[in-house]
Amino acid sequence: MERKTRVHAEAGKQELLITREFDLPVELLFRAHTAPEIVEQWMGTKVLKLEGARHGSWQFETTDARGEVVFRANGVFHEFEPDRKITRTFEMENSPFAVQLEFLTFEKLTDNTSKLTMHIIFKSVELRDQLLKMPFAHGINMAHNQLEKIAAK
Amino acid sequence: MQSNGYIMNLRRDVFQAIADPTRRAILLLLASQSMTAGAIAANFDTARPTVSKHLQILTECELLEQEQNGREIYYHLNAVKMKEIADFIEPFRRMWDERFDKLEAVMIKLHTNK
Repeated sequence: MERKTRVHAEAGKQELLITREFDLPVELLFRAHTAPEIVEQWMGTKVLKLEGARHGSWQFETTDARGEVVFRANGVFHEFEPDRKITRTFEMENSPFAVQLEFLTFEKLTDNTSKLTMHIIFKSVELRDQLLKMPFAHGINMAHNQLEKIAAK
Repeated sequence: MQSNGYIMNLRRDVFQAIADPTRRAILLLLASQSMTAGAIAANFDTARPTVSKHLQILTECELLEQEQNGREIYYHLNAVKMKEIADFIEPFRRMWDERFDKLEAVMIKLHTNK
């Protein structure tokens, strides 16, 4: 399968660029980021709160089989323009990682295709690199399968 | 042959070790600092002996290292081992790729069912 998602991380910089093109109209791509029951499906986490508006806030939580919380993250929306952009903060609770600033840009390519650009700014180069080395930090519940697949190669 | 089998076992153990969500949370906690078992346990609702067991498993498969500092034993990440399980960027890219694949599938399904 072609590599649709690109991650651009320059050495020595405290930022990261994730880009991806979708076979979806830009309206659906945006909705996937704002409807809690949809976010839950593709992010694999529970959505405790998602107020999609300027000054609104969000909170996600993942629990293990015994119901213990293993991941919780939250943030605030600074900009929220339907089908165009979301600017938000991302903070993992109970972790040494500092809050991140995320700029999400939604672009219409054709009527049925769209592009998402995530520009993430970290507090330091070290924190960015640490997060890259620990992909499960960002999506703690899915890491095992991912890493196992990579190891099997 | 013998050594190959050994490496395979070791490798599987590492992935078994990080299969547990609490152990992943422990690794996350130690990402930028060394901590004692007590300080680590304070971050979980789990009983202290359970946390100790997790620390033992992580130490056995070399993801964590112990360091004696006076009377206290501090745990810290073994950077070399961590690098082994997460080759820079690619696992992170894959995570987002699979996540976005799912997003696409969910929205296509939703749209079709409308």
